[in-house]
Amino acid sequence: MYSFEPTEEQQMLMDAVGKYAANDLRPAAREAEERGELLHKLLSRGWEIGLLQASIPEAYGGFGERSAVTGVLAIEEMAFGDLAGTLAVLTPSLFATPILLAGSEEQKQEYLQKVIEREWSPFTAALIEYAFDFDPNDLKTTAALQGEEYVLNGEKAFVPFAKDAEYILVYANLDGQTQGFIVSKESTGLMVSDEREKLMSLNALPLYRVHLEDVRVPVSQRLGGPEGHDFEPILVSMRVATAAAAVGVANAAFEYSKNYAREREAFGVKIAQKQAIAFMLAEMRTEIEASRLLAWEAAWKLDQGKEDAFTEAYLAAMGAADMAMMVTDRAVQILGGHGYIREHPVEMWMRNGRGFAMFIGLAIV
Amino acid sequence: MPIEFEPPKPIVQTQLVLKTVADEMMRSRSRYFDEHEHEIPWDYIEFMHSAMRAMGGNGLAPRENGKKSEEGEKRPPIGYQMLAAQIEALCWGDVGMYHCLPGGGLGAAAVFAAGTPEQKEKFLARFNEEKPTFAAMSITEAGAGSDNSAIRTRAVMDETTHEWVLNGEKIFVTGGDKSFTEYEKLGEGFIVVWATIDPTAGRKGMRGFVVEGGTPGVKITRLEQKMGIRVSDTAAISLVDARVPFDHILGSATVEKDTSGFKGAMATFDATRPLVAASGVGVARAALEFLKEKLAENGVQIRYGLPRQKLTSIERDVIDMDIMLKSAWLMVVKAVWMADNKKENVLEASMSKVKAGDVCTKITQKVVEILGPLGYSREFLAEKWFRDAKITDIYEGTGQINRLVVARQILGYSGKELR
Repeated sequence: MYSFEPTEEQQMLMDAVGKYAANDLRPAAREAEERGELLHKLLSRGWEIGLLQASIPEAYGGFGERSAVTGVLAIEEMAFGDLAGTLAVLTPSLFATPILLAGSEEQKQEYLQKVIEREWSPFTAALIEYAFDFDPNDLKTTAALQGEEYVLNGEKAFVPFAKDAEYILVYANLDGQTQGFIVSKESTGLMVSDEREKLMSLNALPLYRVHLEDVRVPVSQRLGGPEGHDFEPILVSMRVATAAAAVGVANAAFEYSKNYAREREAFGVKIAQKQAIAFMLAEMRTEIEASRLLAWEAAWKLDQGKEDAFTEAYLAAMGAADMAMMVTDRAVQILGGHGYIREHPVEMWMRNGRGFAMFIGLAIV
Repeated sequence: MPIEFEPPKPIVQTQLVLKTVADEMMRSRSRYFDEHEHEIPWDYIEFMHSAMRAMGGNGLAPRENGKKSEEGEKRPPIGYQMLAAQIEALCWGDVGMYHCLPGGGLGAAAVFAAGTPEQKEKFLARFNEEKPTFAAMSITEAGAGSDNSAIRTRAVMDETTHEWVLNGEKIFVTGGDKSFTEYEKLGEGFIVVWATIDPTAGRKGMRGFVVEGGTPGVKITRLEQKMGIRVSDTAAISLVDARVPFDHILGSATVEKDTSGFKGAMATFDATRPLVAASGVGVARAALEFLKEKLAENGVQIRYGLPRQKLTSIERDVIDMDIMLKSAWLMVVKAVWMADNKKENVLEASMSKVKAGDVCTKITQKVVEILGPLGYSREFLAEKWFRDAKITDIYEGTGQINRLVVARQILGYSGKELR
């Protein structure tokens, strides 16, 4: 059967996330972007909603079960408030969710509780690499087996909170396969850049370059244990999350520019009463809906273990990235000169918008 | 019920059956009837009619819903979802031939939306009789297209005979010929003609009139020669003192302050918009699948999963088309799911039509481009689908009219505030 209604539980969660997005993330977003810093209390408030905790079974200290559909609904709501804040709040998931999905029993026992029993703490993951043709399935960072250890070499980019992270889940190329490795920050050869990454947006999210030079990781710390794991479900979960975040940011830009167009007068009428503007808004709304439904379907297929979840998530992420660029660009256009001024948030959303094509690895459901 | 994307089993089964129908009865005839415009595909019509009767259906119409399952649990209604899936599957076969499917079509939909219970009984029973029977809707005039409140066809009551006397010129009546002309092989059809009972009243004066096939004073003056969907007849009609019984008027015989007559016409479109969108998705899928077949034959693989930077131009195009097609279909499904569940869906219905109109024109155009000479040649059907698809963005609300509807919905504007 088809159905498009969130459950009551999901609705309650969306309401809670929506409130946090509106009351906490959005008001803080501009200053955080300008100062390049998020207030810690914002992170702990977001953490208290318990998105990650609710996706981890009781056996590992959580209180629920993972659902990609729920994740998608929540991430869209949160990203409606602010993207950098959302990615920051959800950073520990980058470490914990892959362990939940693909980790060995020992790894789950060892790490999951560690992440969720405390206050928000910087556990993170490193997937992205600094190359124009970065491909999560063809990493340049390598892992090689030497005796009882894997030796990691390479460089990772855009790693959130790497500086303070106790553990980083590093993805590397092992004989052509992408595999995760749980790397302690104490490891010899692991170097986190002093300088933060400077990007077109996401200034509030501390991102670092991570250099690995002959970093030795015990076989037991390979994600999934000595036998390793399938990377596909992790990548699918990342793509679905990115699509949902793109929908959230696009929807923020749409709503803001729509409200502006209803207030702003030109030639004696509200500009929203001009078809040139009204049609832009109609198309923005239509494309947001299109991407949202694709993301929902991909998430549902992921939850159901459908074979084509991989392709669906790929299409959802690709489509949402294009959509977010189009919608956020138009939001700036509708505000005209005012849209270009940093007083309004639309220019920030437009800078966010361009990023979704390369943010795979910064969020996971 | 939580969010779910599993197509209901009855729909999946129907899609399988219709795939065969589309291959055997539609695709096999597509080219012939495209090149023999205004020939009627009798064997197809008769086959489809008997097949639909055998299945116990009265053509394509949403069924009564909510039957109990074996466990006694009430099943959610899927009538409109089924309809959308059927239309998509048939239009994957041939959109023009889908329009030649016997049944009440938009004419019956108008009676359904604006008629009294007596009228529904009187006019809608005929579609399940032995002979295939058609009905059509006629609203457009040469001077009134998207702005259909500007129609000039008049209906005047003759007090002595208690009949309506209709005068005017109508164009673009889909299936008008098969609904009106008294072909031996067909049952008695009708056309719902929209006319004004008070030209000073604007849309408040608009009413639909059921004009039975063969009514004296009514003439099919022309069958249009079209870019595509050529097998579907598009009639021009003239009405000269055409007399229609009093009780053939849909809605009130007097002009009231409300606009129920006009709204009746518009309600017909609200219900059918996602269905037209479904037809567009069907053509688009046909074109995209054909392209993928041809590419595979030529050893071109689409490498899903690669970053854009590593894709070839063809791969990017195909992937973009996949995105468009899938999301357009999901928008249709959501709109009809809302209709089935009695949720107000004006916004979703119009968005689905906006999207499908865009998607099916873009996809068919791109497919012809990528296929090059193979796409442009009449040896294959790609060029035909290109021509067929364009109508989706025009009829039953152009892409622009639907953008207006969407915009008014999201902005909370009336027609006056956003013209």
